[in-house]
Amino acid sequence: MDLESLTRTSGEWLRATGPESDIVMSSRIRLARNLAQYPFPARADDATRAEIEELLHGLIEQRPGGKRFNYIPVSTLEPLDRQMLVERQLISREHSETQGRRGVGISDEENVSLMVNEEDHLRMQVLHSGFALDECWAEIDRIDDAIEAEVTYAFSERLGYLTACPTNCGTGIRVSVLLHLPALVATKEIQKVFQALQKIGLAVRGLYGEGSQAMGDFYQISNQMTLGKSEVQLIKTIQDVVPNILGYERRVRTALVKENRQGLHDQVSRAYGILQNAQTISSEETMHLLSSVRMGINIGLIDDLQIPLVNELFVHTQPAHLQKIRHAKLESAERNIARAAYIRQRLAERHVDRN
Amino acid sequence: MKKCGRCSKPAVLHITELRQGEVQALHLCESCAKEYLSQSPEEQESVPAGASADAEPDLDEIDHQDCPNCGISFKEFRAGGRLGCPHDYTVFEDELLPLLENIHGETEHCGKVPKRAPDSSHRQFKLIKLRTDLRAAVEDERYEEAARIRDEIQAITTNDPVGEPREV
Ligand SMILES: [Zn+2]
Ligand SMILES: [Zn+2]
Repeated sequence: MDLESLTRTSGEWLRATGPESDIVMSSRIRLARNLAQYPFPARADDATRAEIEELLHGLIEQRPGGKRFNYIPVSTLEPLDRQMLVERQLISREHSETQGRRGVGISDEENVSLMVNEEDHLRMQVLHSGFALDECWAEIDRIDDAIEAEVTYAFSERLGYLTACPTNCGTGIRVSVLLHLPALVATKEIQKVFQALQKIGLAVRGLYGEGSQAMGDFYQISNQMTLGKSEVQLIKTIQDVVPNILGYERRVRTALVKENRQGLHDQVSRAYGILQNAQTISSEETMHLLSSVRMGINIGLIDDLQIPLVNELFVHTQPAHLQKIRHAKLESAERNIARAAYIRQRLAERHVDRN
Repeated sequence: MKKCGRCSKPAVLHITELRQGEVQALHLCESCAKEYLSQSPEEQESVPAGASADAEPDLDEIDHQDCPNCGISFKEFRAGGRLGCPHDYTVFEDELLPLLENIHGETEHCGKVPKRAPDSSHRQFKLIKLRTDLRAAVEDERYEEAARIRDEIQAITTNDPVGEPREV
């Protein structure tokens, strides 16, 4: 796979084609698996890590689940390339930053990635646009079956799939949805959502930001427990709760429009205007303004811009992408200038397309 | 099939012992049997099979018990938060169960099961140690031993795709 070409494309999951994709940016399921005959990656010596990588790389080349994968030996990549894969959500931050032989198989549509020698021997992840957890599960289950036909997974009847960290054992599953909740954030109602979710054992974390402070009003909701409930039960817990959050966000949006349509229209138009004209812009401000514009499109206050382009800008304006697009290492101040130029160009192209 | 008295995996070793005038039957899975047999009689005495519920786990004892396959100690695990190999779930079971209960609120898996017999997974944990031993034997030019280890590895890897439990 040519990493350079990634800067000209975007993952299928950003195309806003899935159900409820005005609020649900993406659905994701990941499975943690280990081979029975090896120590976990962090305790494996170089020769063993290499052996594990060779074995799993071989299986990934055999198109598990009928999918074609491009294998990238992550340990041989430059830090900037690794960071770009993190920004695209194809590998975890840990996989980018850890040491030793490791890699990732990425499907052509960029919606499946199979990480080798992460914290566990194999971390499989499927991403879909919108609220589509059943599709994610069907796909990852099929790939898991195909790989399991060739290897012996570390498994115990009592504790299920055995993982390097006891927080993942059992099903080894992490089910998550990425939600765009600007209205709940603006009215601080989001706190109530946090409390309700924590009570039923779900974790909430901000995307891109550190801790609970989310940049761009994106929040990821995921299961914490992995042992004692089946994959389907864990998926259902999230499937049951997400419609309530979507309903809540939509009600608050409607109320905001009703209360002060002009004020809101002004706010999203100004955000759009800044993005079209700024000469230098930080990552934080970009996220904040893109979030306003994204909501503006969804409530019909901006009508000459499409959601997929906004989704793509969230990813392509991050540091590693900008530097790959510019083919240069850029300091923070230079990045802000490059970011503003890139956004102006993409938004201007958008208007040319329409005429 | 009888279950292992220590970890509830299928038992492959059945021992009847006379101890302090009492007849005691032991049923152990392969990994627990290996551990049991490698202990001195005193140790066997002090850590009775079936992990008596009333005995307070002695922290020093726990910290000194290392995984025979990957060498990690429970202390190391507690410091780093990551286990060394899948077999650690058996070796440190008594210490891990309360932890798992804390994290998940449950200690019994429910959900997907590999189509391959899960028992074969348990047996393959042995390969972790055998591979390390083999590399060491070759490095030290102990070729006879290396050949023996290689045979042992081969026996496991050729038998296991079928995954039929072997009775000892
Ligand atoms: Zn046992
Ligand atoms: Zn171990």
